[in-house]
Amino acid sequence: MAAQRPPYAAIFLLSAAVLSYEVLLMRLFSLIQWHHFAYMMISVALLGYGAAGGLVTLAQTPLKAHFDDAFAIAAGLFGVTALLAFLSAQRVGFNALEILWDPSQLARLGLIYGLLLVPFLCAATALCLSFTRFPDRIPRLYAADILGAAAGGLGAIGLLLLLSPAIALRGSVALGLMAGALAVWTPGRRAIASTLGLIAIGILALPPAWTALHPSPYKELSQTLHITGTRVLAEISSPLGVVTAVDSPQVPFRHAPGLSLLATAEPPPQIALFTDGDGLTAINRFDGDWADQGYLDFLTSALPYHLLQEPAVLVLGAGGGTDLLQALALGARTVDAVELNPQVVALVQETFGDFSGHPYNLPGVRLHLAEARGFVEGHAQRYDLIQVALLDAFSAAAAGLHGLAETYLYTVEALGTYLDHLTPGGLLAITRWVNLPPRDPLKLFATAVAALEARGVREPGAHLVMIRGWKTATLLVKPTPFTPAELAAVKAFREARAFDLIWQPGMNQAEANRFNRLDRPWFYEGAAALLSADRQDFLDRYKFRIDPARDDRPYFFHFFRWESLTEILGLKARGGLSLLEWGYPVLIATLAQALVFGALLTLLPLWLFLRRRAVARSPRDGREDQQSISSPAPGAGRVLTYFTALGLAFMLVEIAFIQKFILFLSHPVYAVSLVLTTFLLCAGLGSRLSDRFQSRGRAVRLAALAIGGLTLTYILTLPALFQPLMGLAISTKMTLAAALIAPLGLAMGMPFPLGLASLGACRPALVPWAWAVNGFASVVAAVLATVLAIHWGFTAVVILAALLYLLAAGTFPGDR
Amino acid sequence: MPRPFLLPALLCLLMAQMACTDTFADAYARERQRLMTAIADLATETLSETGRPAFSAAVMAALTKVPRHRFVPADQVPYAYDNRPLAIGHGQTISQPYIVALMTDLIDPRTDQTVLEIGTGSGYQAAVLAELVAQVYSIEIIAPLATEAANRIRELGYANIQTRTGDGYYGWEEAGPFDAILVTAAASHVPPPLIRQLKPGGRMVIPVGAHFMAQYLLLVEKDEDGQVSTRQILPVSFVPLTGGGKD
Repeated sequence: MAAQRPPYAAIFLLSAAVLSYEVLLMRLFSLIQWHHFAYMMISVALLGYGAAGGLVTLAQTPLKAHFDDAFAIAAGLFGVTALLAFLSAQRVGFNALEILWDPSQLARLGLIYGLLLVPFLCAATALCLSFTRFPDRIPRLYAADILGAAAGGLGAIGLLLLLSPAIALRGSVALGLMAGALAVWTPGRRAIASTLGLIAIGILALPPAWTALHPSPYKELSQTLHITGTRVLAEISSPLGVVTAVDSPQVPFRHAPGLSLLATAEPPPQIALFTDGDGLTAINRFDGDWADQGYLDFLTSALPYHLLQEPAVLVLGAGGGTDLLQALALGARTVDAVELNPQVVALVQETFGDFSGHPYNLPGVRLHLAEARGFVEGHAQRYDLIQVALLDAFSAAAAGLHGLAETYLYTVEALGTYLDHLTPGGLLAITRWVNLPPRDPLKLFATAVAALEARGVREPGAHLVMIRGWKTATLLVKPTPFTPAELAAVKAFREARAFDLIWQPGMNQAEANRFNRLDRPWFYEGAAALLSADRQDFLDRYKFRIDPARDDRPYFFHFFRWESLTEILGLKARGGLSLLEWGYPVLIATLAQALVFGALLTLLPLWLFLRRRAVARSPRDGREDQQSISSPAPGAGRVLTYFTALGLAFMLVEIAFIQKFILFLSHPVYAVSLVLTTFLLCAGLGSRLSDRFQSRGRAVRLAALAIGGLTLTYILTLPALFQPLMGLAISTKMTLAAALIAPLGLAMGMPFPLGLASLGACRPALVPWAWAVNGFASVVAAVLATVLAIHWGFTAVVILAALLYLLAAGTFPGDR
Repeated sequence: MPRPFLLPALLCLLMAQMACTDTFADAYARERQRLMTAIADLATETLSETGRPAFSAAVMAALTKVPRHRFVPADQVPYAYDNRPLAIGHGQTISQPYIVALMTDLIDPRTDQTVLEIGTGSGYQAAVLAELVAQVYSIEIIAPLATEAANRIRELGYANIQTRTGDGYYGWEEAGPFDAILVTAAASHVPPPLIRQLKPGGRMVIPVGAHFMAQYLLLVEKDEDGQVSTRQILPVSFVPLTGGGKD
């Protein structure tokens, strides 16, 4: 007996389960592997959604006949396989770092895709089947689906605040099983429902060891824990990552990146903090004796303190507190310390307060729990020194792992903002890792030059000083030209610590390559070229991308150039692979895979379906097949175009606006949660409302026009609109952001269900296929958005999305 | 640019000579020879940034002699003579042979020298050094690795390698000062005690970078007056500007 009413609640739950599963998988793979490979695995696994569409297209007759059971079984299988797939995938032994040496790693990656595909395929089969079984209820079904996704996304972030990711995963798995149980909670089927419920309870009650994580042995934390005597003191989880505090009493950490060769003092005892198993930062022991912190004067980042008297300092990214101690040890009058992660501060101040000496409570120190850029934008106070700490780990920088990470800390606009918040004579200091050939330091220098020029500075070179050790480089930017006395202080500082100059006004080239010698003074030559009239030529000819990042293209860590790839791969035998910047090629590989599998999994079922129908030509199968299949090409092409355009456009808009709001809401987690939830919630509402329109085609055209108008208006006016509002309370900013997104989300929720409903009325057999096409396009768009933004910026992403909506309006699959 | 075509020829001669001795009587001799010829070719193709046209014959001979397959876990033996880094367990790796050759060459090994190694790992680098210098001291921080390496070194009969387990930061005070120090363990900075344990005129080499690949090599030099300076050396010849030459 088939149900007469669609299982809205079960659809809601299942959709919530899948989305939370996806979010948690991203977190889990970032923990056990590295985030860009996590991205690759998940986006390809999402193709299970498309594959499900193909499956339902081909097997719709039997599946529709047994809808209730099929839905429950598929949802139940999602629950069971979701857990098994993850547990098996982390045992595959994939090592991303060996991928260019060991061909078997590709096979292992393939195996992980295969494993992860299964749960997505199962869940999507249940969802897609609902649309196919009830073509006349599509707007409501879509509303349940998309509202479930909103709840799932928000729920996953909530779970991550309370539980470790591995435990949270059980929650989303159990939710999937409950969805299955709910779908068959009918007389005669209670036994199936109870079984699913019991499995769910069983999974929640599994011993923790069963879902223990097995991180890559090449992550810093894994390596540290091999050292005799090390122990994990605390581990805290949040959507910002898992922070692990480790003590090593037998072999002290002595974390002092880039310490001068002439330093005689060692760092004091330290507790190491790892984020997602990498990125070591330290908490120094401090008992009130400043002599223990003496080594901090022998880092390149100590330079600005030798040019300023008792400065009021702003430390961006204070973390474990060493930059704070450095400031106080070197004479800062006051220190405003900004840190994003409250849990890190709690570790420093409370858990290890006796060890760290409660640095955030020291006289003159004020703590601000905020995102760095947003904090500066939102406050009027000026400082004598703004110190941007070395926030990321060297190993990640060395492997180019940040290539895909957006950061609003190192853009031209960001540097301009910092400069605006300096007192007359104040300094901006930014420290980066030294890599060879120069990447980070020169890109930072280029960014500073652009920021100074944007402020109307005619000779940026007079406002810049940059020094380097063998591991770190520190840039000073000053709104007014450096004075001879300051330059003398720089010289004294450098000579006493064996640091070289990258740039200072009027410098002698001999000073560029004295202590840390390179075969050529590459840093100085780069800096000089960036200040010369030949700048563009230099940027074009440089084998890494070092032109400045901007807010619209916030990819500071994207250094990759195709032109250099062949040369670098050719140097593999001579140890040249470290020249390869990984992030971007992995992104392109992901996109290529998604396109190939997507095309295959979309077109193959269609072809099979059309061929079968053409052979059968059964009059019983309904009128739609008679008219459409006899002339399949134009109809299918129109459907393909419409649903591809929508899948791409929805995702492009969503991703672009998440980025635009990150800057405004000053917190990645708030921004992602709020933007995603508002979009999905309003899209769900839009879908429900879309039912009321007399003419579906006209409604789509109106919606497309509204979306185009709104997105283009927003993208052009938001930066200017946000500027004066940055100082508002976060609750006000969130309300405002939600109000801006709501009408857009409402309009964006309409075209998909309207198109599907129209198809359901005239060609119901193509409903699952159209659903699949839309799913594929979303996966492709998730990757494509980043590729487009890297090259042309988020404004271009939004313009493209608006055009795609217009294209969709023109190819509406229905006659009205 | 001088290209020493002589070196491969010399090397072949050397290999032919050595092939007659017992050291080559293992099943992997042919593979090892192939690898060394490849490395010699690579070295002569590239004027490496060490400022030398190629690796010294002594270094090449040492690498030709040491059985790399004895230093890797059983599942990695088939790749022991590929010019690639290999995993040796405990999250540790050994560098690709080309980099081992370069690092060894950079410290300018001589038969009368005493060398300190921080990070024994599998013991392969220590064995290569033992073929070239009088005495090698090697410290490993990870206890199981240290034990495995010590056993291996003993089995292979390297009498001039002393190993110990523990913290390498303070070097090996009682055995110092050293003519050269090789730090193959990750370091956030150059430990001041190691600089102190370097003899005037001595050299220290530290590979810097992520796992499976060194980004660059840091060469720390102490001159006869005790003045310390560093050189950062890319393992490859790579000019960062297109159309730009080195001169």
